[in-house]
Amino acid sequence: MRTAFIDTLRELARIDDRIFLLTADMGYSVFETFRDEFPDRFLNTGIAEQNTIGVAAGLASRGKIVFVYSIIPFVTMRCFEQVRLDLAYNFMNVKLVGVGAGLTYGPLGSSHHALEDIAIMRSLPDMTVLCPGDPIETRELIKRSYEYEGPVYIRLGKNGEPKIHPDETRIEIGKSITVLEGNDLALITTSNMLETGKKWVEEWKQDGVNVSLISMPSLKPFDSSTVENLIDKEIPIITLEEHSVIGGLGSIISQVIATTGKPVKFQQIGINDKFSHVVGGHEFQRKKFMLDKKPSLKFIE
Amino acid sequence: MEKQLQEQPMLENICKSVRRDVLRMMHKSHSSHIGGCFSVTEILVTLYFKILNVNPKNFVDDKRDILLLSKAHNSAALYAILAEKGFFPKEYLQTYYQDDGKLPGHLNKKSAPGIEFSFGSLGHGLSVGCGMALGNKRMNNPGKIFVVLGDGECNEGSIWEAAMFASHHKLSNLTAVIDYNKIQSFGSTNEVINQEPISDKWKSFGWKVLEIDGHDHNELLNAFNLPHENSPKMIIAHTVKGKGVSFMENSLAWHYKSPDDEQLKLALKELE
Repeated sequence: MRTAFIDTLRELARIDDRIFLLTADMGYSVFETFRDEFPDRFLNTGIAEQNTIGVAAGLASRGKIVFVYSIIPFVTMRCFEQVRLDLAYNFMNVKLVGVGAGLTYGPLGSSHHALEDIAIMRSLPDMTVLCPGDPIETRELIKRSYEYEGPVYIRLGKNGEPKIHPDETRIEIGKSITVLEGNDLALITTSNMLETGKKWVEEWKQDGVNVSLISMPSLKPFDSSTVENLIDKEIPIITLEEHSVIGGLGSIISQVIATTGKPVKFQQIGINDKFSHVVGGHEFQRKKFMLDKKPSLKFIE
Repeated sequence: MEKQLQEQPMLENICKSVRRDVLRMMHKSHSSHIGGCFSVTEILVTLYFKILNVNPKNFVDDKRDILLLSKAHNSAALYAILAEKGFFPKEYLQTYYQDDGKLPGHLNKKSAPGIEFSFGSLGHGLSVGCGMALGNKRMNNPGKIFVVLGDGECNEGSIWEAAMFASHHKLSNLTAVIDYNKIQSFGSTNEVINQEPISDKWKSFGWKVLEIDGHDHNELLNAFNLPHENSPKMIIAHTVKGKGVSFMENSLAWHYKSPDDEQLKLALKELE
């Protein structure tokens, strides 16, 4: 996803000289090409995230389209009030690009994990929240965020995620993508759990269970109508996210279900309100939090 | 210099009028922060009437100078000046802090023309000003950026992040002013967190620093007009909290209190 992001941004920067990239001292072996091609539109603002967001707001107010890059906790939580006031309240054309969704930075520890970012960023009025699940979603949503005038948060995974969608796919803010169709169950994923979701759906198919795989990269605005259609058809729903069960995809869909007032079977998979206190890589952390464990489908029988 | 001296009475009259407006706003709304409004009055009046290239008729002109009042709790002083300058009708002032009124306690750029950026929480303005100054520099836009800070506000770490950034990038189109009135929310500024030697701090951060009397228009004019080619400029303006009304001067209580009917009468008399 990281490569898709920087490649897309370079393409956009070639056609629009308003694009400006700030990094709070992150991006080694990522931004060198951008910096060399656009030295006047790249700035390492140093390890000072509060100031970085304020500077981004100031640049945006003078007509720049500013992308700010860092590891997720540092571009959302460390500078949350600057994001809230300088970007959201003032409605500045700044795109926050965070890398390291969920447990990506496994062995670095909980300081570098991102399990609450969706919850806090969604809660801000006027903030758009996009969580791509593969390089195609990343490319498309970087383009859409550039076309949209206003503050956006984009949650990236790491590098090397496989492409799930065909190259020519066009993805819109506020729309879900149905990757596979099935009427027995719907598995809805966001962000970097798309790959796992696809694997599960394929396995279920071999067991004779037909499951829809729906990718939900746009968490705000949210494609409620797709979920409402599932509810109308009484199709059970499972949500899958590498984020706290508080305030992320599962929370949003619970709210949609409750608002319709209709009964539907529902299961939420995520991080159950815990910090990680174990040492280990991304896959190891996922195992510890049971995110790798395909759920039993007993609940839909 | 002679011209400046002639202008002094005009600026003094505006300051009196601004203080009278602020008094009435605070009296009607029973709101706080009159002390800081009075300490910053000469700074803002000098800027708006002598320094800033701004036009109330075309307040979004891309090449204008931009004033950011980072100590936004003193919005009432800015409102009174913007009204005096013709950005919006004086009637707006009567709606300050009122239900369904035009002008909020802290700055909201959507509330009225001339408010450049929404502020309220301290420590935001210098960073935003840095971004604006950098943007103008990169686009060869001649517009200058001015940021007015509180002395207590400089307790915020983000101020010092911005201080380093501004000098590193040689933001010579950026001027900051500290309204150094020596009193903050719950104590004397230098008893809460000592900032002295304040000039040396900013100098060592790479700023061109001037220390002046923040109620003296000539000193303010000279300080604002002093060129600074390779660095941002910091004007440390020594001021008196509550300046202009004897019983409000240098008093922590008038960070919070608003004048009652009798105090309003007395204060207005002092400002005739």
